Amino acid sequence: MENSIYKKNGQSMKNVMGIINNALDESFLDKLTAHRSLASVPFGGRYRLIDFPLSNMVNSGITNVGLLLQSKYRSLMDHIGFGKAWDLDRKRNGLFILPPSHIYKADRAYKGDLQNFSSNIDYIERSDQEYLIIGSPNIVANIDYRDAFKFHLQNQNDITIIYKEVDVFRRDTSYILLNTDDHDRIIEMKVNPKDKYYTKISLQRYIIKKDLLLDIIDDCISMGQWDFVKNAIIGNLNKLKVYGYPFNSYASVINSINGYYKANLELLKPDVWQELFLKGGPIFTKPKDEAPSSYKSGANAKNILAANGCSIEGEVKSSILFRGVKIHPGAVIKNSIIMQKSIIGKNAKLENVILDKGVQITADKSLKGDINLPMIIAKNSIV
Amino acid sequence: MPKVEMLAMLLAGGKGSRLGVLTNNIAKPAVPFGAEYRLIDFPLSNCSNSGITTVGVLTQYKPLVLNRYIGSGSSWDLDRHTGGVTVLPPYVKEGGGHWYKGTADAIYQNIEFIDLYDPEYVLVLSGDHIYKMDYSKMLEFHKEKKAEVSIAVLEVPWEETHRFGIMNTNQEQKIIEFQEKPKEAKNNLASMGIYIFNWETLRKYLNEEAERNEDSAGDFGHNIIPAMMNDQLAFYAYTFKDYWKDVGTIESYWQAHMDLLGDQSKLDLQDRKWVIYSVNPNRPPQYISGKAEVENSIINKGAQIMGRVKNSVLFFGVKVGRDAVIEDSVILPNSSIASGSHIKNSIIGRNVTIEKNSQIGVDSDSDQIKITVVGDEELIPESSQIKSGTVVG
Repeated sequence: MENSIYKKNGQSMKNVMGIINNALDESFLDKLTAHRSLASVPFGGRYRLIDFPLSNMVNSGITNVGLLLQSKYRSLMDHIGFGKAWDLDRKRNGLFILPPSHIYKADRAYKGDLQNFSSNIDYIERSDQEYLIIGSPNIVANIDYRDAFKFHLQNQNDITIIYKEVDVFRRDTSYILLNTDDHDRIIEMKVNPKDKYYTKISLQRYIIKKDLLLDIIDDCISMGQWDFVKNAIIGNLNKLKVYGYPFNSYASVINSINGYYKANLELLKPDVWQELFLKGGPIFTKPKDEAPSSYKSGANAKNILAANGCSIEGEVKSSILFRGVKIHPGAVIKNSIIMQKSIIGKNAKLENVILDKGVQITADKSLKGDINLPMIIAKNSIV
Repeated sequence: MPKVEMLAMLLAGGKGSRLGVLTNNIAKPAVPFGAEYRLIDFPLSNCSNSGITTVGVLTQYKPLVLNRYIGSGSSWDLDRHTGGVTVLPPYVKEGGGHWYKGTADAIYQNIEFIDLYDPEYVLVLSGDHIYKMDYSKMLEFHKEKKAEVSIAVLEVPWEETHRFGIMNTNQEQKIIEFQEKPKEAKNNLASMGIYIFNWETLRKYLNEEAERNEDSAGDFGHNIIPAMMNDQLAFYAYTFKDYWKDVGTIESYWQAHMDLLGDQSKLDLQDRKWVIYSVNPNRPPQYISGKAEVENSIINKGAQIMGRVKNSVLFFGVKVGRDAVIEDSVILPNSSIASGSHIKNSIIGRNVTIEKNSQIGVDSDSDQIKITVVGDEELIPESSQIKSGTVVG
């Protein structure tokens, strides 16, 4: 049995609570976020994006996690349930769903994600922990937060931001860039700048003392500022000790269709899936009791990641198959992402395509996207 | 305590000695099956899907793994306010206690447990059969026939009748005679080891048997059923027409896995209307490399396939190295087969390491298959040659 909480001699995280901020712009994923929030976008064969930050928190020893919600959260709540899959169905602490209560107020115009913090401020205040780690669901990585928290305490930081140094920026993907001094103190931070001067990208994990966060939120709101990153963090770079903490293993920022598509296909590289799934703690997800996958005679599967419940009779190459996908004889699939319960008819051809859940491709159909602009077929479509 | 109409008692105490090394460390019902499951998942899932939510699991031989596996029963949706799963090992009562002597003695020793729920009927199941069955239909049959005992039966080929308990029935499916492993069978309906008893009747016979004979083997087949037959109680045979397999031997265990394969498998595990639940080990998706070839096989999550897999069942976390070949075999969880090795007609236990260029069971004759077995945790060193029919461990 893996028991990652005790495997490393890291900092105790009993005094840290987690917040996952789902009040983010998610429109860039187009049809994939038409019916669901960014956090519940399927990823990597059997996961949803939220599984990564949530598992990271649990594996780091955090037992109190709040999920800030903004919109389209039915599928997210269905996925998370009471948090049992993450061992967060607890009598003390555990998982807290934090809905956007501000939408019921008379003045309904949405101002920014600090509103979500503010309307759930009671939960944050009432929690026993003195520190928070705030994350967002659009980063796919397996991060142990204990080392960063240790650094946060030892260096007496006000805010610590986990970052990754990159040499290549993925096309069409926007990043939060950091400029630091030689000691990793953050002196400049930009959200989605056109010109990418700096090579450190924020992994959007913020460690901060609770009292300080409450003060900052109060401060921002009283000045009419409502954006967590731009106002609460960037607005305080000069006043507070804000440090970066490097993360050196695999991490992917999902901030565009192309980024989403490439991050999925990237999992087919053994060093990537090993780093993401096997080197750190396990990535937990809601179990579905699918039977194992079945490869029939005549199946030709090469370079794929497949979840359980698939039934493969055709040819599939360099693709990601989610749970319960059926591929009929003669079908040929390349460089594609096929989500849960999609069915590919006889002799159909798919290349560079993302099929959302429950799509049916009828026999002999042929669909092709571009390797840099995959074709997306919306949930439950019949083509 | 609320009343329960039918309660299930699952006999899970057996050692399963005919499974040899596969049950060295675990009770037979905990033996892995079908790439994802353990044997006990089948009766427990059948109970859950049939709406039977009070289940006693009788354990005795090496119960630790099984107990942990069952846990609160939540995996089978059997963590209930009333009932749910209760693990029942033998325990000490006033005046002492003893091990379960036999199947009926195990029930006898738990009369108090059953009485807590005051059931009309008791369903008795074994933990080592592979099948999907709706017990609620059998109960309907039992009620319709006004039976005191119903036994689920299966048509078996006439030439195999000598291996089973055979039920001779009349046209109303009433059982008129019971033949244990007959040389000359009068019928080909074999008992599947699934019984529904009216609880009052069964309790009476269990108590009488215990009072009459202190040295009784406490066995349904030898003691209780014959006594009931003697008294001409209403026995009915409920005919089951779907797939059923007793996996009591190495050969039948291997064959049951082969039955899962083929384009029309005999037991559809992917049927979402009758899901077989399990504890669901959390693993990443399975990876099939660009060089791999996989055909007519069932593979579970967390497997990493770099070689060739044909007509085989691979459990979670199995690794198959480059140029390794797995044919007609069953590989249990977390075992790894290094590059260049060749495995045929074999069952490889859990956490086995097979080093490079080893040959296991490759000399196997296709006319008379002899299954090779490698027990749990074994290490097979580089370039080993293991003859077909060998048991390692």
